[in-house]
Amino acid sequence: MSAVPIMHGLLLASALFLLGLLGVLVRRNVIFMLMSVEIMLNAAGLAFVLAGARWGQPDGQVMFIFILVMAAAEVSVGLALVLRLYHQFKSLDSESARSLRG
Amino acid sequence: MATETMTSALFYIAGVVALLATLMVIRARSAAHGALYLVVSLLAVAVVFFTLGAPFIGALEIIVYAGAIMVLFVFVIMMLNVPPSRRIRAGFWLSPRAWFGPTLLALVLAAELAYILVAGLPGGAGVGVLGAPDAATGPKGVALSLFGPYMLAVELASFLLLAGLVGAYHLGYRVARGEEECA
Repeated sequence: MSAVPIMHGLLLASALFLLGLLGVLVRRNVIFMLMSVEIMLNAAGLAFVLAGARWGQPDGQVMFIFILVMAAAEVSVGLALVLRLYHQFKSLDSESARSLRG
Repeated sequence: MATETMTSALFYIAGVVALLATLMVIRARSAAHGALYLVVSLLAVAVVFFTLGAPFIGALEIIVYAGAIMVLFVFVIMMLNVPPSRRIRAGFWLSPRAWFGPTLLALVLAAELAYILVAGLPGGAGVGVLGAPDAATGPKGVALSLFGPYMLAVELASFLLLAGLVGAYHLGYRVARGEEECA
């Protein structure tokens, strides 16, 4: 009765996650790294909702709401850190913060 | 039946749009382009949620992810406005190079939504490709679960939001005061 095999949904979620991981690894702009982290969180949430739909339980959607809350808190602190990094080093390059000196 | 085939076609089209938009995010040259494509990617995942029979989660995805979180990103991008050689002016958002790709992908999603509205889907309210939308996976079931067995986790999530608020305020406060300790 299921029109879409769950494997295809999981493939979509893992492809999105891998794209996010690739973005974190190859980009050096911290704003792009934060965006890629958002993509990865979103892909993990998609996997949760898929599993919830597969077994007809609300727990997957509940977990997605928690991931949403965590992403909102993470991005607010992360963007405050980006502002701080830019004021400190006048650059958004993550390499500029490698020395841990002010 | 034909309608079920169309429902799964909606899932695959939205998935392809999500993958394309995400690919464009990580290879975008300017942060403003990346933000536009990321909004499209989140909208596509929201359509995937609709086809999975989770309309409440799809709406939350649009409101919180594509709305609130992306507004924060765009706010920071406009505030920093880097690199200086490629400053984002008001004219940037109006040039076709900036909006053509995201608009094309968003129009695909809009066509999907229009199809859902016009043709309707099996099962009436929910879509339910993978599982039949019943009381357990609808908004009411999610709310009962959220404020039933997961009550403690909801409280912890509110702690987390408070910690995020205090942390962002603390970090932003020093920037506003002008680097008093290490300028």
